[in-house]
Amino acid sequence: MSKKISRRAFLKGSITIAGSVAASATGVSTATALTREKKEPLATLIDISKCIGCEECVYACQESNADKYPNPEKPYPEMFPKRVPIEDWSQKRDVTDRLTPYNWLYIQHATAKVDGEERELTIPRRCMHCDNPPCVKLCPWGAAKQEDNGLSRIDSDLCLGGSKCKTVCPWDIPQRQTGTGLYLKLLPALAGNGVMYKCDRCYNLLEKGEVPACIEACPEDVQTIGPRSEILEQAHALAKEMNGYIYGEHENGGTSTIYVSPVPFDELNNNIEKGDGQAHFEKVENKMASGNNIAKAMLIAPLAGIAAAAGKFYKAAKEDE
Amino acid sequence: MKKKINIQSCLYGITFFFITLSGFAQMPIFKRYYISDIPGLGWLADFYITHLMHYMFAGIFMGLVVYSISNFIVLKTGFIQLTRDMIIKIVIFSGLILTGSLMVIKNFSGTPFSNGMVIALDILHILFCMALLFFGVYQLIKRKKELLSG
Ligand code: SF4
Ligand code: SF4
Ligand code: SF4
Repeated sequence: MSKKISRRAFLKGSITIAGSVAASATGVSTATALTREKKEPLATLIDISKCIGCEECVYACQESNADKYPNPEKPYPEMFPKRVPIEDWSQKRDVTDRLTPYNWLYIQHATAKVDGEERELTIPRRCMHCDNPPCVKLCPWGAAKQEDNGLSRIDSDLCLGGSKCKTVCPWDIPQRQTGTGLYLKLLPALAGNGVMYKCDRCYNLLEKGEVPACIEACPEDVQTIGPRSEILEQAHALAKEMNGYIYGEHENGGTSTIYVSPVPFDELNNNIEKGDGQAHFEKVENKMASGNNIAKAMLIAPLAGIAAAAGKFYKAAKEDE
Repeated sequence: MKKKINIQSCLYGITFFFITLSGFAQMPIFKRYYISDIPGLGWLADFYITHLMHYMFAGIFMGLVVYSISNFIVLKTGFIQLTRDMIIKIVIFSGLILTGSLMVIKNFSGTPFSNGMVIALDILHILFCMALLFFGVYQLIKRKKELLSG
């Protein structure tokens, strides 16, 4: 039932998306192309208690996104200096136990006590689609972008593979493939190193009003997609019902991926395999907040400049007297 | 009076140095080229630290620019006259401040600008920065030549 409501609401949301695309296509207003109207972002709810770890979602993601994967040509250009790592996953396309440029979703395993009983929990992991995504905001070229419906994605035609998005991502989500992309046409020896890849929340399916592949394929309806406020409402109701816990609502200042678990997330975090391409469940502070707070405080700087000049003027006037 | 102008140029100099350094640090180059391996410079590879630094020095820079403008308007000092070089500098500074301020707005939550506009801002900001650097070198050479010729 709840899934149905969310689907209807989700479709309603996608009509708004389609509407905005049509509006900009007809060039209704130049202002709308620059200044966007605020729309409620979409979010997903992931009910960990339902997941059986069948990996149907993982394979659906791979199948649905196969034409977005890189096809690098060897030999890769020599890069300077020697320390620049070649990251080549093109021969390891079937790896599914971590994130790679060819695997944007994987299933994490944890053993935990649920209602006094030891249970193996399986958890789908991918990009969290942060509300204010550092991967997008700090990308030096605008190759990573956030869409009005809240999803973030990396444009493989523009990305130079410097991996800054991965460094600033609190979960180290984006993954690099060397030997592909724009850097090959610029200065491949000196700058860039391929293209970064991650879950793009199936933006192309959403544009058509369809549900992301991993959500559609899941036999257990583990994921639900809908407007963020409704998803949060559902997540809280579900957490209350199972006496469970929520992750993703406040992490990094808020994300569009809300996990609900029957066991606390720090316990899950202690039990999962973590490492490169394997995300944690730690508490994450709002990464963009300090910069934005400083920006607000810096508004005072021009006033200080005026005050200093006024002081000087006052002193000079006094000296003249 | 002369001493005060020197303090001002000194402040501009320090601000330029750190704003450029932290600006370049926004691109993933300092780690690649071993610069952040130099003892004491590890922070250059921390994008969040250099991002904060860039913001802080941008604030100081704007304060200095507003101070210079106010001085010019009120006391008619600082700029003797609007020379061609002065006008070039004003255009570059205005470009940097405008694109930079819009980028600061972009970094707040939400998507106020289209992706095309963000790309344009990124490119323009770095172009204005390069223009300033080249102009700085040009002015140095010019001054040296003037000194040499007497
Ligand atoms: S989880 Fe990482 S990659 Fe995904 S939106 Fe947030 S910062 Fe970007
Ligand atoms: S939303 Fe799409 S791209 Fe993201 S994990 Fe699911 S299937 Fe893959
Ligand atoms: S398809 Fe559903 S049940 Fe199967 S692993 Fe993915 S989320 Fe879990």
